[in-house]
Amino acid sequence: MDLEAAKLIGAAIALLPLAGVGIGLGHIFSAYNNAVGRNPGAVEQLDKKFFLTFALTEALAIFALVISLVILFG
Amino acid sequence: MADPIHQFVIQDLVPLNIGGIDVSFTNSALWMVIAATVTTVGLSFAMRQRALVPGRFQVFAENMYEFVANMVRENVGSQGRQYFPFIFTLFCVVLMGNMMGLIPYSFTYTSHLAVTAGLALFIFLWVTALGFYKHGLHFLNFFSPEGVPFFLKFLVIPLEMISYLARPLTLSMRLFANMMAGHLVLKVFAGFCVSLMSVTIVASILPMGFNVIMIAFECLIAFLQAYVFTILTCIYFHDALEMH
Repeated sequence: MDLEAAKLIGAAIALLPLAGVGIGLGHIFSAYNNAVGRNPGAVEQLDKKFFLTFALTEALAIFALVISLVILFG
Repeated sequence: MADPIHQFVIQDLVPLNIGGIDVSFTNSALWMVIAATVTTVGLSFAMRQRALVPGRFQVFAENMYEFVANMVRENVGSQGRQYFPFIFTLFCVVLMGNMMGLIPYSFTYTSHLAVTAGLALFIFLWVTALGFYKHGLHFLNFFSPEGVPFFLKFLVIPLEMISYLARPLTLSMRLFANMMAGHLVLKVFAGFCVSLMSVTIVASILPMGFNVIMIAFECLIAFLQAYVFTILTCIYFHDALEMH
């Protein structure tokens, strides 16, 4: 296998963590919607925690993307 | 297709060289100066009347203040008051950097690891020094949580230390990577738009529409990342001041 092909495959493998991030984000959204559905009065408190956890989880996907880009162009 | 990386290139505007060290005034520095000026002048202008019933600009400035003040109150506690000026400045710096980067032809200084790592390392060193200053060597107890069985401590303490030492890395990488990836996606789809334009103009509407949605999403991310950066700083201050 030449280097160019190995780089492309490596960059694709580096994006596999997106599966886990997808599951995690699904859990966050489902828990948020559940909580708001049960207690609409607590939306303001829930919003802050939701956005914080959402951003922390979403950042993992971006880490994977950066590693993949580093493999491709670095 | 146009180069999507070109937006991150640092250009010297005023070349300067003092004692063999390159201290040129770059486009990154220019946008930092603009951010500082806009924040200072904007907030002073908004608060110039100090009216009992605030006008439009004053409400904006007061909301911004209240937002960060609440964050500090809830996450750092009563001892955190003296760090409020620093945390508010930090929030303004990161928010202005992220938001002004969305203006076409501007430069996003938070999309450079040097800037975010500088901020994160400064926070990390300050917080660690603060912990040792407040608690002395008892601060080392931070790494061994209470109620852990003796034999598990051999596993828990190294893990805690690693996660503590990884803080500046994750803090800086999160902001830098989010900003860089977001702007890359915007520019790549703008490039698709131009390439498709030469084939059919109708087809180029698709990437254009996607870009419009992405701009809205990037505005959300720009604000969210500033919020996350600030709230994590608050949590680190809380750890140093009160140890868990």
